Amino acid sequence: MHRFANPTRFLKIASAVQPWIAGITVLLFGVGLYMAFFTAPPDYQQGESVRIMYVHVPAAWMGMFCYAAMAVASAVALIWKHPLADVAAKATAPVGAAFTFLSLVTGALWGKPMWGTWWVWDARLTSMLILLFLYIGYMALQGAFDDRARGAKASAILALVGAVNLPIIKFSVDWWNTLHQPASVIKMGGPSIHPDMLWPLLIMAVAFKTYYVWVLLVRIRQELTANKVRILRLKQVHGG
Amino acid sequence: MADFFSMGGYGAYVWPSYGLCAVIMLALLIFSLRSLKTTEHTFERLKSETAPKINSKNKETPDGDEA
Repeated sequence: MHRFANPTRFLKIASAVQPWIAGITVLLFGVGLYMAFFTAPPDYQQGESVRIMYVHVPAAWMGMFCYAAMAVASAVALIWKHPLADVAAKATAPVGAAFTFLSLVTGALWGKPMWGTWWVWDARLTSMLILLFLYIGYMALQGAFDDRARGAKASAILALVGAVNLPIIKFSVDWWNTLHQPASVIKMGGPSIHPDMLWPLLIMAVAFKTYYVWVLLVRIRQELTANKVRILRLKQVHGG
Repeated sequence: MADFFSMGGYGAYVWPSYGLCAVIMLALLIFSLRSLKTTEHTFERLKSETAPKINSKNKETPDGDEA
């Protein structure tokens, strides 16, 4: 893994891998969306509204996954001062925030017809909203310092402290009474959801994941190039 | 066809869900790609500007580059 840690080598590999990831993402979305709309059956209780699940659940999973990735990268950056880890954490934040926002909005759009309300202040929904605020706080903190290194350090600490929210989100449906349904895919004893619904859900989930990798590669490349631009600008000022 | 779009009466909830996901995810992707392009252009420009300057110090070109 350390071989890919060199920023220059990473840039080379990233630009080679990127078109493949892009192709896989488009393909997976094509298959996933087709299955979500045409092969997946309507739910016996929820009717066609259940199709919201195929974007709501992957978005929520990825909102949490991105935060976990951001926290791990932040830890690596703080402990080993790894040059790529900071960049990866920073590049992940807006993607994770977008996923979390989407899971909240699609959840509201699903909740209105099924629960009769757009929003309730229960544990799952509230902890997900806190996750969105953590992302926003992380991004705000990063830009709040004139010294970039200090901003990176402060936001990395925030990312680590905020990671305590992840198990709270995951287990909120078991620990507290909630309108939100309990886990039906990732749980003891295997998924309790029918394969006709599970497959489109999993394919959409993988599509969301490869989308994240795609955007992550682009954003890391941008950030590394921006670093090189800053160095050149300094050279111009001092050595020109 | 109309059946498909009505989504059993839930069309007003299903389509906005998918539409918003498409809009936000495409916007983030396009914004990231364009930002990469712009930064790469800036880098190439700066590289070609600075390289000759560093090599030949006595060849000062008085072009006021404020930008």
